[in-house]
Amino acid sequence: MLTPEEWTAVYLSLKVAFWATFWSLPFALATAFVLARLDFPGKSLFDGIVYLPLVLPKVVVGYLLLITLGARGYLGQYLAEWFNIRLIFTTAGAIVAAAVISFPLTVNAIRLALEAVDRGLETAARTLGANRLDVFLTITLPLMLPGILSGALLAVASALGEFGATITFVSNVEGQTRTIPLAIYSATHMPDGDAMALRLTVVSIVLALASLLLAGLADRRIRTLIGRA
Amino acid sequence: MIEVDIQLARPGFSLSAHFTAPGAGVTALFGRSGAGKTTIIQAVAGVVRPDRGRIVVDGATYFDSAGGIDVPIERRRAGYVFQDARLFPHMSVERNLRYGQRRARGMDAGIGFEAVVDLLGLGHLLRRRPHTLSGGEKQRVAIGRALLAQPRLLLMDEPLAALDAARKAEILPYLERLRDEMRLPILYVSHSIEEVLRLSDRVVALKDGRQIAEGEVAEVMSRADILPVIGRFDLGTVLDCTVARHDEDYALSTLAFPGGELRVPRVEMRLGGAVRARVRARDVAIALAKPVDVSVSNLLPAVVEAITPGEGPYADVALVAGASRLAASVTRESVERLGLTPGLAVWAMIKSVAVDSRSPDFTTPPGPTF
Repeated sequence: MLTPEEWTAVYLSLKVAFWATFWSLPFALATAFVLARLDFPGKSLFDGIVYLPLVLPKVVVGYLLLITLGARGYLGQYLAEWFNIRLIFTTAGAIVAAAVISFPLTVNAIRLALEAVDRGLETAARTLGANRLDVFLTITLPLMLPGILSGALLAVASALGEFGATITFVSNVEGQTRTIPLAIYSATHMPDGDAMALRLTVVSIVLALASLLLAGLADRRIRTLIGRA
Repeated sequence: MIEVDIQLARPGFSLSAHFTAPGAGVTALFGRSGAGKTTIIQAVAGVVRPDRGRIVVDGATYFDSAGGIDVPIERRRAGYVFQDARLFPHMSVERNLRYGQRRARGMDAGIGFEAVVDLLGLGHLLRRRPHTLSGGEKQRVAIGRALLAQPRLLLMDEPLAALDAARKAEILPYLERLRDEMRLPILYVSHSIEEVLRLSDRVVALKDGRQIAEGEVAEVMSRADILPVIGRFDLGTVLDCTVARHDEDYALSTLAFPGGELRVPRVEMRLGGAVRARVRARDVAIALAKPVDVSVSNLLPAVVEAITPGEGPYADVALVAGASRLAASVTRESVERLGLTPGLAVWAMIKSVAVDSRSPDFTTPPGPTF
């Protein structure tokens, strides 16, 4: 059905999407908490920076990543020197690019879920002897689960579709950074690449539909569990 | 014993309260909305921080601005029953009930799970989810959840306000049982005179953040100076009575109080049971001679104690009947026409009496039977 080269692209896309989501989720959760619950000077600026990747051209984000995390970037040179971490031309770099691009979407979904949690329930839990961390783990977090799920799903979807930042930051290396969108892009530049582009397009549609269905299913299940059905 | 002495100022609102409540029984915080009742129990719970003052419960200092003490909410052990129940939607009734209990482990277990389930009739609800419960059931679960956290006191914020009359009648017997069977002080916020008379032993009356009066329910609710709290329509006298006789033929009961007897529609309570009778000042008329040929059945000999010209056409007349005081509201014109002066012997004609049962000794309880 698919050629080995296409399977590689599909597998790489799923891998990048999974790890990008996995790593950005805890940071997104913390950021959403700060934006929804804390007030401090400079909060609007912080707010703006968080949402910047959403409005900047993706190529610009990719370029910014290149000059900061690239081999000779401001931080990248130390990553290489001290930790022997190389992001350019690697899957790790593709994961970073996808995570940065999807971050604002994830933060926003989680933030909305957090703002929808009834603070009165948290107060009630504290009068029952639960400290702040206990309240967060047993009340706030479970009630936010649908929001976290939809945030994670948006992250997966946007990582699967990421193109501009990835190709600018880590280039288009087969088996390393050539995810489905990059493979389709390459295929359209080959004289006989139409069939390949078409097959990968179908795969993209199937993946998108599957994740939407899965999300709907999980959302219903969670809402029943937390009594919001 | 609960000692509250707090001041607090917020934009457009200030609160000053100073009262003590005994170590058991219900103390009502009574007033209209905006009076500061809820703010007081929020301060006791630690949800709101007063500007100045002290809050001491059972010898434990919760808050002392002078000593720099402000115990966090979760370490106060103040059971809070919210007006909107606030059950955790993602947990079953049983897990809601056990939430506080698990976190109170190691503390002196005053009341156990089975006892609470039994007291509040929750056995058949344990596996249910909060969103499947009625308003009254939710409140009962909320009360049970607060009790199982082994609180030093119970704070109840208008637990009946969101319920319709039928649900109120269903839950009131449970509250009475709670009051009578638990050695636990309860601060009970309410704007309903009926609830205060039925449930509480003491009352703190509040108006616009100021404390107007504090003391025994019958005494405070009979005072003329709580007019701003309850309004002219409800101003009157509350008499602690016992059921003396039932008259089955006419479906009437006779209530005895120190100062005479009142005939009222049949009270569903055993002889000797305690009830509170409320006589509105506007329902008390004054006659110089014993009226004959009138339909009013409650006629009491009394002596005028004092006359205070009130607002508009009315004057407040304080009467003494036996060992009890009785407030009457008549027009200033009537005062002059009858020549009422302190010391004058008159007859008080009581046109209407409202009865609020005090104890759960109903012969036919309106709610669940125990």
